[in-house]
Amino acid sequence: MGVETKNILIVGVGGQGIISATDILAQVLVSTEYDVKVSEAHGMSQGGGSVNTMVRFGNKVYSPVIEKGQADYMLAFEKLEALRWSNFLKPGSTVIMNDEIIKPLPVLLGKAKYPDDIEERIRRRVTNLVTIDAGNLAESVGSRRAANIVLLACLATFMPVPKDVWYACIERRVPPKAVEVSKSAFDMGYEFL
Amino acid sequence: MKMLLSGNEAIAYGAYAAGVKVATGYLGTPSMEILENLVKYDEVDASWSPNEKVALEVGIGASMGGARALVAMKHVGVNVAADPLFTLAYTGVNGGLVLVSADDPAMHSSQNEQDNRHYARSAKVPMLEPSDSEEAAWLVDEGFKISERFDIPVLLRTTTRVNHSRSLVDVNIERRKREAKLERDVEKYVMIPAHARQRREILEQRLAALAGYSEEFPGNRIEWVSRDIGFITSGISYQYVREAFPEASILKLTMTYPPPGRLITDFIRQLERVIVVEELDPFIEDQIRAWGLPVIGKQLIPGIGELNLETIRAVLDDGKSNYYEGREEDDLPVRPPVLCAGCPHRGVFYILRKTGLMVAGDIGCHTLGVLPPLESMDTCLCMGASIGNAMGLQKVTGRKDVVAVIGDSTFVHSGITPLIDIVYNRGMTTVLILDNRTTAVTGRQSHPGTGVTLRRKEGRQLDFEKLVKAIGVKSVRVVDPYDLETVHTAVKEETEKDEPSVIIFKRACVLVDEVKSEPLMVTDTCDGCKECIWLGCPALSWGEERARIDPSRCPGCGICIQVCKKEAIVKYEQPDKGAGI
Ligand SMILES: Cc1ncc(C[n+]2csc(CCOP(=O)(O)OP(=O)(O)O)c2C)c(N)n1
Repeated sequence: MGVETKNILIVGVGGQGIISATDILAQVLVSTEYDVKVSEAHGMSQGGGSVNTMVRFGNKVYSPVIEKGQADYMLAFEKLEALRWSNFLKPGSTVIMNDEIIKPLPVLLGKAKYPDDIEERIRRRVTNLVTIDAGNLAESVGSRRAANIVLLACLATFMPVPKDVWYACIERRVPPKAVEVSKSAFDMGYEFL
Repeated sequence: MKMLLSGNEAIAYGAYAAGVKVATGYLGTPSMEILENLVKYDEVDASWSPNEKVALEVGIGASMGGARALVAMKHVGVNVAADPLFTLAYTGVNGGLVLVSADDPAMHSSQNEQDNRHYARSAKVPMLEPSDSEEAAWLVDEGFKISERFDIPVLLRTTTRVNHSRSLVDVNIERRKREAKLERDVEKYVMIPAHARQRREILEQRLAALAGYSEEFPGNRIEWVSRDIGFITSGISYQYVREAFPEASILKLTMTYPPPGRLITDFIRQLERVIVVEELDPFIEDQIRAWGLPVIGKQLIPGIGELNLETIRAVLDDGKSNYYEGREEDDLPVRPPVLCAGCPHRGVFYILRKTGLMVAGDIGCHTLGVLPPLESMDTCLCMGASIGNAMGLQKVTGRKDVVAVIGDSTFVHSGITPLIDIVYNRGMTTVLILDNRTTAVTGRQSHPGTGVTLRRKEGRQLDFEKLVKAIGVKSVRVVDPYDLETVHTAVKEETEKDEPSVIIFKRACVLVDEVKSEPLMVTDTCDGCKECIWLGCPALSWGEERARIDPSRCPGCGICIQVCKKEAIVKYEQPDKGAGI
């Protein structure tokens, strides 16, 4: 069957730039000769709900949705969401986790506790967990809003696509005035690992 | 050239390529991106209608005029459009008409998960079901051809996973050139009983012809592999089955109504065991059983929610599958969507909670007012239901203080007629229109109350105040929902009256009106009473002993300033001496 399908799960909270990061990743993969499918679930994401997207690529992809226990990579924009989705991880998979906490309403109201053992619990499932402070890294090159690109770049180091293809897709997707910052943010994330 | 398109982008592209002239619809997840993409083509007249019934009727008019018309809506929208749909099957079409019904199994963003495939059978119209974007684009074109060839509207039924998933689509097709020829044909288009009886007979003939066509329709096809086990499936379920069981034979149905009876019978006869895999109701299965054929279906396959690879593998676990039984992380705090920081709906619900009125709610972002901590909504059924529900509740309880809460887009969609009922039948209900100048919940689209069209052109703006006065409501106020004192007085005074009244809370959605003032902060005069926390604002949180405001999330709407009894909340730029966060 040739190349086995690879599964990438991207999770976080509405407003974190997950959809545009997913777009760039998907466009990059399309430029390879792989088949690509993307699934998005963002019910009422602008209200700060949980958001996830799934990207699958390989010789021939059928389901756009990843099966539990089958994600090869998880890119988590927020820590609690990383843990929430960790049951999708395959043994031996890689997790890239943004070091950001966004407290959900029950926590803000003092009715629930934000877990303080997230890394530990994820490590019980996989050994490859990278935590990165994408917000501060993005700020250091010009804008916190480029945190999504920093994270995407970490994932890029695992993808079978050269850097210039990523640059090209970023140029096409972000607003013209954000291109330079986005590229620097990409370099930042790419060098991080 | 291959492009990665969502199902909705593909439908828009397919419709354009098919030469569609008129496209209408009303908003609803997961359907709205179809029109939002179609409006990018200058040759297509694309517009939002006030509701789905109007959308379909405009589409039908365009078809009568000889043009190809596409009408798009979410599954529950078809309920609203069902009246014209059922008789349209009788009249048939002139230019092709494709109605897209975007169903939402698992209710990602809906109040129910009704299976709209039943509409095809009960309205007696052919139905096509794509399983990915490429097929969606192709089926729009096929749909128009079938519609014209068999003189009948075609239902293109999708589900969220098709609408919102992206896959590769070949986009080289050129736009078909069509001449719209208007025809006047009274016996076909004027459905008085005498004509309708004739058309009823003709409808059965057309369905019989369609059943024959379904046998040869290239979308209904068999993928032969094993002779032991076979699956009959359609839509997104096909993708799951194909991936989970590469060794199984599959009869993939794409035209699921009328179903290809001979093809299905032959398939079943040649296999040891046949399983029907379909999301939601046993639509295909029931049909096959009615023919007296042996199939397995809903005794194995769940009928609630979406299917996925796990559920399907579990059905036939032969030990080789990688069916996953890993532990879920179960003790985690949930992350429900909340009204945004600065949302103009918040203050109204805060006051409703204080006053303890009975609140008949409606659908939209404002429905989040039911969740803690605002918890100020007693009912929410379907779009526009709040006003009629409030009227009924008031009839039975005798309480004047039953209020209806409805968004601006919803009021235009289906709130005007029930308000007429209240006035006409001398009810006393107070209707609160939460006029945030947009249809917020679906991603901030325009509607008649905003006066801007889908094409971002200036339309004619509907004036709510004048409208409700014209209906006969004498007591009408327009109130800024950021001003809690006035909100409180208005609600109190209007609900005390023995007549219908309307309060229009007018203030643009924070995500529409980008103008923001400086963020706020909590000073150390905070005594920890938590009153502000009860606003449920995501910028406000409970620290150890006092409230905190996250300046990066606070748009400075000032509602919390008004609820703070200690005057502990101030503008970020002018902190009290020694204070800080
Ligand atoms: C018949 C029907 N059509 C569409 C929808 C999807 N839908 C639910 S509420 C809504 C509009 C909400 O807008 P508005 O009333 O302005 O409230 P807001 O979200 O701005 O608070 C839509 C399009 C539906 N549930 N039912």
